[in-house]
Amino acid sequence: MRIVALIKRIMLQLLRDKRTMALLFFAPLIVLTLMYFFFNGDNENPQLGVVGATEPLITALENASIDVISYKEADQQTILTDGLDGLLEIDGDGFQITLENNDPGTSRALLMQVTQAASMQGGAGATANINAEYIYGDEDTEFFDVLGPILVGFFVFFFVFLISGIGLLKERVSGTLERLLATPIRRWEIVLAYLTGFGIFAIIQTIIVVFYSIQVLDMVMVGQVWHVIVVNLLLALVALSLGILLSTFASSEFQMVQFIPIVVVPQIFFAGIIPLEGMADWLQNISRIMPLYYAADALKAIMYRGEGLADVTGNLLALAAFAAVFIFLNIIALKRYRKL
Amino acid sequence: MDNSISINKLSKAYGKTAVLNEVDLQIAGGEIFGLIGPSGSGKTTLVKMIVGIDSPSGGTVNVLGKRVPNLALLQDIGYMAQSDALYPELTGKENLSFFASLYKMKQAVLKERIAYAANLVQLTDELGKKVSAYSGGMKRRLSLAIALVHDPQILILDEPTVGIDPELRLSIWNELMLLKREQGKTIIVTTHVMDEAEKCDRIAMVREGGILAAGTPDELKAAYGVTDLEGVFLQAGRDAK
Repeated sequence: MRIVALIKRIMLQLLRDKRTMALLFFAPLIVLTLMYFFFNGDNENPQLGVVGATEPLITALENASIDVISYKEADQQTILTDGLDGLLEIDGDGFQITLENNDPGTSRALLMQVTQAASMQGGAGATANINAEYIYGDEDTEFFDVLGPILVGFFVFFFVFLISGIGLLKERVSGTLERLLATPIRRWEIVLAYLTGFGIFAIIQTIIVVFYSIQVLDMVMVGQVWHVIVVNLLLALVALSLGILLSTFASSEFQMVQFIPIVVVPQIFFAGIIPLEGMADWLQNISRIMPLYYAADALKAIMYRGEGLADVTGNLLALAAFAAVFIFLNIIALKRYRKL
Repeated sequence: MDNSISINKLSKAYGKTAVLNEVDLQIAGGEIFGLIGPSGSGKTTLVKMIVGIDSPSGGTVNVLGKRVPNLALLQDIGYMAQSDALYPELTGKENLSFFASLYKMKQAVLKERIAYAANLVQLTDELGKKVSAYSGGMKRRLSLAIALVHDPQILILDEPTVGIDPELRLSIWNELMLLKREQGKTIIVTTHVMDEAEKCDRIAMVREGGILAAGTPDELKAAYGVTDLEGVFLQAGRDAK
């Protein structure tokens, strides 16, 4: 099988290139960790006061790295005098949480963890009954929690884009692509083999990045892990096909790097780090042609709001459409070398 | 003899620069055909269009009775590019077997052919080394081995002996002669070395995208009244102006 031979060769080449492997697998983790420390200055456990909580709920909260302090009675003043991050009051079925919200990141994480713990205790119904109040700011104050899912998507996109693009570029520059086309291989076989060969590494990278973000960096994660992986894989496929496609327009590795400020950097701004709602209409429209916008939206929905794949079908379809178009254009672009 | 390769009014232009200008050429089956000319004369463009990896601006190429480009035809063509198209991260053997496995071949035959091709270019002992550790000559030899690993009927070799020492060059030429004589292969070689041109059955002088003269080395020498091919080349060049 020609495709298998090509996939094997691509993988063997990458495996031999230790530096690229390190870039692919460890660089995202290092940058993510740095970001994590930037946005989460103190690593102390959040302090939560509780009134009227059951024993299993307290255990669940403590398991989520929350320092739980039980009160018989407490109010907003207690939060401020005792330096709590939040106060959870349980009255019958209703959950009332008051968050200090001095650091929106902490509040967000705390609310998320309480929601998780509560829904584990009382099933899905309990989630709806949580009523949050804020001493400072409101529920829209959020940063790393929203940033986290976007960053996960971004790093998958960036590194896969760069490495696959340069991979095919090397093949163009060294003349091996032309040599390949002097064999009976078909153009779509080359594109498919590239997608698969690099795709396998992209899958591994995605899994590492997602697990590291959730397990080690404690990124907010309300939804299903495999949903996150599905979204990232689709995004990786877009990055792969786009990287390969753009390498057509570069004649050296340096020129490939020049695509980063044009193709990659703008996507960060349109991915939702800066709220898009307030932007001019034409700017909002631009975001519609950015693959990362759809991926970030889906990741936010899953990781932050706990939605499922069914809720982000539109985003998934958009990503799939991007990938399909790029793959098709890739097959066309190879015509430059051989018409068949 | 049937015309193994038939080129009709073949033109190629990149933008406004014409590289080939209505070239007509017939190459018979079972001959060693030399394309002689200085660099930039259009030799490489011409052979690429015979292989089918560059598309002509005008005219046609037919190989073994089939119009180029043709995927099935590529099974019968062995191409050695001017620049060594090899994967430096892989060993010589991995390079050879990768290219070999892109062709239709039985597994047993494939192994045999890899051993044969490596032996032919005297690389058997170096096959386990990574290509990044190869010398220029070794890379050239490996490229040649790759071109003939799938036992093609037609070999198209773009400057096959550049950077190869005289002794090995001689042995490669002997082998090409043998491939022609015993297996009836058609071999197209581009070169700018005149003593290699002497070894070809027929040659074509390529210059500025056109063919100045074609024929056997002796015919050409007689036609221009000179004693060596260098003379033919100079004379033909002057006549063209």
